[in-house]
Amino acid sequence: MSAKTRSARLTVLGLTVPGLLGLAVSFVLPLAWLLRMSFNRGDSTGYIEETFTLDSYAQFVGDSYYWDMAWETTLLGLGVTVLTIVVSYPIALFLVRTESRFKGILVALAVAPLLTSSVVRTYGWLVLLGNQGVVNQALMGAGLVDQPLALINNRIGVYIALVEIMMPYMILCLLAGFGRFNQELEHAAQSLGANRWRTFWRIVWPLSMPGVLTGALLVFVLTISSFVTPRLVGGGKVFYLATEIYDQATATLNWPFAAAIAFILLALFAVVIVIYQRALRRIEAQ
Amino acid sequence: MTSKFRGWPTRVVVTLLYLFLLAPILMVLVISFDAQSTMSFPPRGFTFQWYERLAQNAEFIHGFQVSAVVGVGVALLALLIGVPVAIALTRHEFRFREVMSGFFLSPLMVPAIVLGLALLLVLAPLKITGTYGGLIVAHLAITVPYVVRTTSMSLMTMNRSCEEAARTLGASPWRTFTRVTLPLIAPGVLAGGVIAFLISFDEAVISLFVVGPQATTLPVEIFHYVESRTDPQIAALSVVLIAISVLFMVIIERAAGLKKVLR
Repeated sequence: MSAKTRSARLTVLGLTVPGLLGLAVSFVLPLAWLLRMSFNRGDSTGYIEETFTLDSYAQFVGDSYYWDMAWETTLLGLGVTVLTIVVSYPIALFLVRTESRFKGILVALAVAPLLTSSVVRTYGWLVLLGNQGVVNQALMGAGLVDQPLALINNRIGVYIALVEIMMPYMILCLLAGFGRFNQELEHAAQSLGANRWRTFWRIVWPLSMPGVLTGALLVFVLTISSFVTPRLVGGGKVFYLATEIYDQATATLNWPFAAAIAFILLALFAVVIVIYQRALRRIEAQ
Repeated sequence: MTSKFRGWPTRVVVTLLYLFLLAPILMVLVISFDAQSTMSFPPRGFTFQWYERLAQNAEFIHGFQVSAVVGVGVALLALLIGVPVAIALTRHEFRFREVMSGFFLSPLMVPAIVLGLALLLVLAPLKITGTYGGLIVAHLAITVPYVVRTTSMSLMTMNRSCEEAARTLGASPWRTFTRVTLPLIAPGVLAGGVIAFLISFDEAVISLFVVGPQATTLPVEIFHYVESRTDPQIAALSVVLIAISVLFMVIIERAAGLKKVLR
């Protein structure tokens, strides 16, 4: 090895070692420790037996209560993703097409909510959806309902709040995906006699698919791991994998079980990412 | 064709969707000046009392201090270890470069709830949960990727001829870096530092696991407050926090604008 390549290697080593150490301490070691913990045996007294067993995973798999929880978490992810696409798409399409001189401001407004933490926006939704909130006051004022609808402390509120919280991410992905979008194609389709509906489904929607898919993956992943909104809007009355991890870790103090649920959540992640990559490949092949 | 899409149905739909998107923030703004203390609508009178109470809330003020100190600590540490990594990734050829690049982005792929639990398991036996040091370690993994990314982008887009000129004229690598490269990539470094601060300042889920009585961050204080009651003090606090975020975004924008001037 020449002196020059050796010194180049030393330089790279010197530059990356602090970063590698930093991530080792704050990321790799904790995750490795978490995996090890999931094979210990724990109980609700906080006692942890150092061993090597699959008991915690078996406890999860053997109980239909946890299967339901995993299913509700998946359903939440899918539902919020679909609804977020539905409410974000018109805004993104509008922003791509508009020639308004306020376009810059409108784009900024669409992503501005990202500046506020999700705790704050969740609080906003608690105020909006509560029994005395705007939504119920409006519905009762219009005579549509006699009693306030239960919109918080249940799953409905969690869906509504999460869809809004995920919108800016989806809009950003859609806007990036529309980069390939060209209004000339729309004009061409229409001048060849396609109606607007047909133009949309045959031209606009397929062209926007990469953006839709990226946004869908991001929103799904963020949704099934979200904790603050399900906890606060759900009022501790609805349970998902993320809330259960927190409860097991801080209230029940069964760390091995909490660790096992964490890895089951990661497994769900992995499945979704594989599906996403398959879908992306299929679309790119077309 | 465009005129067709500017028809009123599109406008109505887009306006309604914007209203939905901005509803919670608008709500928080209105409620923060509302004279009544229950969560109800419409407002009944205008007051600054929630802002005044906020200024006297010792828990929130302490939380704010903790979050600010931790945020600055995390930002500095993330820059200290992230900037050299960005240099290695963009300026040097070596085996495993792609792997390493992926590794330094990977913490963003792990849910905060999982990382928070993992950090609790490691930090609790060391008795450093609820300390500034513990919180800084806990926030490091999720902030370093942003520093690496913004700094790398600056390094890739900057004009390298100045660097080459300095080296040709006999400047040492260190001198070239501090006198030529660093000033040129300063906007990216600054943006990375500000993003790291904001991420740390806003982070609630990981912190929930690793805070303690001595050091609890502001988002965790807010979380526990909202869990038990919902008076407009939180709204007033939210407005203050939104104002701070906007201020920081203006700084980033200025930095990005600066980049154009320098190029």
